[in-house]
Amino acid sequence: MAKLTLEELRKLRGEKKQEMEMRDSSNKSIQVVVGMGTSGIAAGAKDALKAFTEELNKYGLTNVALRQTGSIGLDHAEPVVEVKMPGMPDTIYGRVDAKVARQIVEQHIIGKQLVNEHVFDRPAADLMSE
Amino acid sequence: MHFALSDYLMDAVHNSIEAHASRIELRLEEFLADDGRLREIILELVDDGCGMDAETRKRALDPFYTDGIKHARRKVGLGLPFLKQLLDETGGSFSLESEPGEGTSIRCVFDGGHIDTPPVGDLAGALAALISFPGEFELEINRRRGNYEYGVCRSELIEALGDLDSPASLALLNQFMESQEEFHGETDP
Repeated sequence: MAKLTLEELRKLRGEKKQEMEMRDSSNKSIQVVVGMGTSGIAAGAKDALKAFTEELNKYGLTNVALRQTGSIGLDHAEPVVEVKMPGMPDTIYGRVDAKVARQIVEQHIIGKQLVNEHVFDRPAADLMSE
Repeated sequence: MHFALSDYLMDAVHNSIEAHASRIELRLEEFLADDGRLREIILELVDDGCGMDAETRKRALDPFYTDGIKHARRKVGLGLPFLKQLLDETGGSFSLESEPGEGTSIRCVFDGGHIDTPPVGDLAGALAALISFPGEFELEINRRRGNYEYGVCRSELIEALGDLDSPASLALLNQFMESQEEFHGETDP
């Protein structure tokens, strides 16, 4: 891989932006939040984040905000990921490795069907920010 | 315990972000011996966050201490204890300096030849995740492996990419960091 300079990165981003604006100009209505606390990191949350990035980008989904946060609170089920989108219940997924992340994009976000075997309860009240 | 050095590093930088640092300097240098083997790894992290007083500084290394801000009822905080334990077990050194209101700095020296020193791991992924972590902070990264080095700032990348939460930007950020971390043929024997 050739080393990218910031200038080249700017150019790539400019091309992408045009492409994206042509495709979709609506706001980001879908939120994917990856828990990146100590236990998340230890369990491979970084790989899940990368898989979400690649898969969402592959499908050209521009109305998705992909973010990180500290521990979501289900440390026994890390990596933990929360998905919020219109038409689907707010869902917390556990044990999300790269493969499950790709499945969530295809099945939950695109297909609007829960990935049942990875759905976990909402965490304990003292850990919720809302 | 974490699998790779990049995981420890993420944890440590998260501490700085949570300490409301506006400027974080991260230095990761791998020094190679003449035969190309890894000799020593130096990890330095300097932030201008809220800092710690002498008492907190001591307790920060206790795995059953946390400030209670993030999770009110939790009694664990494993970030720095993990790092300290790792260095104790692998013949490395760990130092922590901190003053309230001024910031915190940590410096770790890893013995590259020790069998239990973990691999650096997916550093490009770790750095991309740190750069795209939400918040208003500058992160200055200085990286070296052998004779090769590069430096990059979070603000430059935000300026180039616009936002850091769209999958398209994040994919470009990953691509950029991976290209920076491509050392093969330059220092590897």
